[in-house]
Amino acid sequence: MDREYDVIVVGGGHAGLTAAICAIESGASVCLLEISPRDMRGGNSRHTRNLRPMHESTAQPMEGVYGFDEYMDDLLQVTGGQTNLELAALTLRESSSSVEWLARHGVAFQPPLTGTLHLGRSNAFFLGGGKALINALYHQAESLGVDIVYEAQEIALNIHSSRFSSLTYRQDTGLLTIEGKALVAASGGFEANLEWLEQAWGPAASNFLIRGTPYNRGDILKQLLDAGSLQVGNAKQCHAIAVDGRAPKFDGGIVSRVDSVPLGIVVNKNADRFHDEGEDFWPKRYAIWGRLIAEQPGQIAYALTDCKADGLHIPTLFPPIVADSIEALAGQLSLDPHKLRRTVDDYNSSVQAGNFDHRVLDDCRTNGLNVEKTHWARPIDSPPFRAYPLRPGITFTYLGVEVNNRAQVMFRQTDSNIFAAGEIMAGNVLGNGYLAGIGMTIGSVFGRIAGREAASYAS
Amino acid sequence: MPVDQTSILKLPIINEAARLMTICNACRYCEGHCAVFPAMERRLIFDEATIDYLSNLCHQCGACYQHCQYAAPHEFNVNVPLVFAKARNESYVTHAWPGAMKWMFRANGLFAFAGFLLFTLLFVAATIHRTGFDGLFTMHAGGFYSFIPHQIMAGVFGMAGLIVLIVWFFSTRNFWQALILPAPWTIPRRVYVRSLGDALTLKNLGGGHGRGCYETSDQPSPTKRRFHHLTMYGFLLCFIATCLGTFYHYGLALPAPYGWFTAPKIFGMTGGLSLLAGSIGLLWHKYSTLSDLQHNDQGFGDTLTWLLIITSATGLALPFLKSSPMLAMMLCIHLASVLCLFLNFAWGKFLHSIYRLLALIADALEKERGLVEDQGAYFDG
Repeated sequence: MDREYDVIVVGGGHAGLTAAICAIESGASVCLLEISPRDMRGGNSRHTRNLRPMHESTAQPMEGVYGFDEYMDDLLQVTGGQTNLELAALTLRESSSSVEWLARHGVAFQPPLTGTLHLGRSNAFFLGGGKALINALYHQAESLGVDIVYEAQEIALNIHSSRFSSLTYRQDTGLLTIEGKALVAASGGFEANLEWLEQAWGPAASNFLIRGTPYNRGDILKQLLDAGSLQVGNAKQCHAIAVDGRAPKFDGGIVSRVDSVPLGIVVNKNADRFHDEGEDFWPKRYAIWGRLIAEQPGQIAYALTDCKADGLHIPTLFPPIVADSIEALAGQLSLDPHKLRRTVDDYNSSVQAGNFDHRVLDDCRTNGLNVEKTHWARPIDSPPFRAYPLRPGITFTYLGVEVNNRAQVMFRQTDSNIFAAGEIMAGNVLGNGYLAGIGMTIGSVFGRIAGREAASYAS
Repeated sequence: MPVDQTSILKLPIINEAARLMTICNACRYCEGHCAVFPAMERRLIFDEATIDYLSNLCHQCGACYQHCQYAAPHEFNVNVPLVFAKARNESYVTHAWPGAMKWMFRANGLFAFAGFLLFTLLFVAATIHRTGFDGLFTMHAGGFYSFIPHQIMAGVFGMAGLIVLIVWFFSTRNFWQALILPAPWTIPRRVYVRSLGDALTLKNLGGGHGRGCYETSDQPSPTKRRFHHLTMYGFLLCFIATCLGTFYHYGLALPAPYGWFTAPKIFGMTGGLSLLAGSIGLLWHKYSTLSDLQHNDQGFGDTLTWLLIITSATGLALPFLKSSPMLAMMLCIHLASVLCLFLNFAWGKFLHSIYRLLALIADALEKERGLVEDQGAYFDG
């Protein structure tokens, strides 16, 4: 036995750090294992920028009120009721102290970022983004005396009939074993595990891009499930958006997104449209496009606009593919030029007259198509024409371990000394869909509960 | 600025800065840190003039680097402060006046050192010429002017000051035009007040939360901002002391030396102490800066810091050497360093104060005009 701790936290993102800080503040000795090198620490929290705290009265840095009832309505709407109501209510209520807790631990906030008008009332933005938050919490954890281990590879949990006793991990020096009275699993989902994705999605998975850290391989999740913990969600569920197909395989983060979809049309490899691009505001719809593209042949699609869309969406990481005619654009995209011409012509001829206004659900729509576009429909007829190749970009997975209101991981048999926080258990609250900032909110709430409960279990 | 004027050394830096701004403009997480990122968001094209503007608006606080999800080892390798530091130094060359003096910006430290030796020798020669070789290391009851006459000092530094003012005028005009600023008298006064306020408080070294910079670790530190304040305000106090001395001499017919409790002395001593402490602090800060943010500028920045250290240290020493045989030598060294400082005002790192102020004026003017933020932001989630 190399070391012994009251609480061992596996995973050094927002949830794990919060748990480690709460555990050590409750008097426990704490070790936190992070699989990545120091420079890439923080899991997917590194790519985040806000959380969604409930506030019944005005609370800086947010404007106005975002109370329990409205929050719960939003959550029920996006999840379609796939949520544990008790845990959901707990998350919402506890989230009201998240901003204060983070500020007390060195995290700075700012007014909403430009381009996020919808979120100014409900979401609190981290000044400098998620990596600033991660740096502040690591600094806090270190100052408080948490032992932090980076590059802890091949972590193997020792669990017998729902009781955790120790774990071993590999560091460049060799294998080490540490003993703990309680474990907090905060190691994220499995979205970076391509083999696991392929088991769920089949060969299509090879065309997915992973927006976040390459370190979320789900090894701890798998060990907990194999050890008999109860499961929430299934392996095919994931949050996936449309990202630029030219983005890196891993870690592209926020910049690879393409926001031009509602301003034009989207076609697949066969130059066919397949979904209403103007269904709703992009912030409310962007998260369905990953799955939509995943269901298309070759998992690829192309967002087409003409010059009328210029300057109306966030600048993109990669320049658009540009051509002066639809046929030439098709040539550059390796699409059938005649087919694309027909698709665009069909679309253009069914566009109804209306008053275009991208800031409201306007009355510009098509009429008579198999796949209608219900808002912001304008003919695509003014060169230069522009296209972005789109691929499904996975943000996170929903499959997780079931927990109770003490963040305790549920096993069929008995009481366990294993607790969970963050993406690994987010599926308990968010069984489906997505609300901006909800992931970090769950991490904040269950991180604090898990840290506190693990420390109290150990004492 | 047309591309054909871009130096071979500058082009790759502009291209790299433009690459970074394209990534940053799609991300925008850093917009709360400083003035650079909101100014970036008001733009879609990052040409040389834009990079000159943004890089001079950058105060080098390091926050955006520490908080960048795309910093190395990420393949995007984003390091805005380092690339902007290089671009900024190149912008001084681009807008330098007269064009024939551009060479001064390369190997700036070497020229300053050579100038320092040369000027020291000249002042020593002038002293020997007046007092004989023995006069160099003897006590001078009559004060400074007994071995370097006031007319010579006033003539040399008056001329140097005039050259500096002319160079500043044309350098300002060059950068003013590059920033596409309107005629100065058409800009509302509150734009000047706002930009001057930002400059005098070094608001943009606060990290957005006011806690400071991130150059030495991933936690904010007020050190750099405080040392820069000591340096800047110390310098201004010394400048006031010089003006007061001039006024005493010509206006009140009271030639130096002045007693400890006279205005020129009080301003000069407090200013000198502040300047010395600040510039030593900035030098120390620079060597504590993380290697990722260290810009090897061949001593371009250090030249100014060292000149400020030497000038303030020798200036502070002078009153204490009044009855020492070292007085003449110390004065020669002091005057030589001041003269080198004047060269730096015109063709060295000191120009950053002018270019940064102009960039802050451009920024304040854009905010004043409420330059339309791109509407597409609306579709972002």
